[in-house]
Amino acid sequence: MTWFLRNWDQVAVALYQHVAIASTALVIAFAIALPVGIWAARNARVYAVALATAGFLYTIPTLAFLALLIPLAGLGRTNAIIAMVAFALLVLIRNVATGLREVPADVVDAARGMGMSARQRLTRIELPLALPVIVAGLRIAAVTVISVSVVAAYVNAGGLGTLIFSGIATDHAPKIWAGALTACALAIAVDTAFACAEKRLRRHRAA
Amino acid sequence: MLAAAWDYLLAHPQQFAKAFAMHVALSAAALALATAIAFPLGVAAARRPALALAAVSVANLGRTLPSLAVLALVMPLLGTGFAPSLFALTLLALPPLLLNTIVGLQGVDPDVVDAARGMGMTPRTILRRIELPLALPVMFAGLRTAAVQVISGAVLAAFIGGGGLGDFITAGIAMMAWPQILVGAIPVTLLALAADFLFGRLQRRLTPVGLRAA
Repeated sequence: MTWFLRNWDQVAVALYQHVAIASTALVIAFAIALPVGIWAARNARVYAVALATAGFLYTIPTLAFLALLIPLAGLGRTNAIIAMVAFALLVLIRNVATGLREVPADVVDAARGMGMSARQRLTRIELPLALPVIVAGLRIAAVTVISVSVVAAYVNAGGLGTLIFSGIATDHAPKIWAGALTACALAIAVDTAFACAEKRLRRHRAA
Repeated sequence: MLAAAWDYLLAHPQQFAKAFAMHVALSAAALALATAIAFPLGVAAARRPALALAAVSVANLGRTLPSLAVLALVMPLLGTGFAPSLFALTLLALPPLLLNTIVGLQGVDPDVVDAARGMGMTPRTILRRIELPLALPVMFAGLRTAAVQVISGAVLAAFIGGGGLGDFITAGIAMMAWPQILVGAIPVTLLALAADFLFGRLQRRLTPVGLRAA
């Protein structure tokens, strides 16, 4: 605790880096998963192929993935972000597709009857109704990405893992505690925040 | 590059065999231990709503914790080596196993249980012959998730002296020795994919015929 108080600035920098790379990865992953998920919701074959591919990427052990990316992306942040995007894709694509598929067909039909174009139906009816499921996916993806970026410190991506690794290397327990507990707290906080958002959206939709 | 990795593997067969065996032993032991804890706990909790809610909340919380953070936290408490790694990996495997046991049992159609009771089955028989078989697919899905997570986590155990294939990866990254990285990374990836595939097959096998999707 004393170490933490004396070095809080170091922890703050690591936390900031951690949040920065994790949110970058999440934004990129979502930008890929949204169109793929929309396509997959309408085409069973695309769904099968996208989920098989993303599932394969998701199964690769984190450290192995980061190591295998070294010749492609070198050491550092790019490597880490590619790995984190790869790990986040499965749940994001799955939830976008599932969310869209669960939209009641009658509602979409009614929208069509009102003269809405396919594009309008998607942006004004289907996506808003699928939002709770999509946010549920974002929640899991955010936690995954935070977890991966702890390991990514080993390939020089920065973040809270840096404290853990340097603590292990120098056998300095307080530093390990600071890094690991802050990472746990971050994961729990983000999870809780997304859970609240999800609950609110569901209540809003039910009303 | 692959050829160099293959050469490295042939030059260090014993080292590789030892790391591979260690990796499998660590993962299997953690999985077995976690199942031995989660299964009775899940069965007990599934019938008591308050306990189930508490168990699900704790498991959900446990699932959000980063694997490496859990492993690292164990080190100052228990030191380095096989036992601390096993402890940490067991902790990591518990949440999916516990969650899926509870969710699987709670998902059994109450009408079916009612019918069984009407046929004169005791609670014990109902659990063994009705509830468990019907919940088995969901429980195996949890085992599959846990297996992949543990194999992946066991790579990180290299950081706290747990041995396993992660040793090749960390040493390889430290020395920028590409063959060595591959000798760790490729087998461990295959191991995870194989576990995922095998448990997936098993899950399908264990699904009662009436429940199988067409």
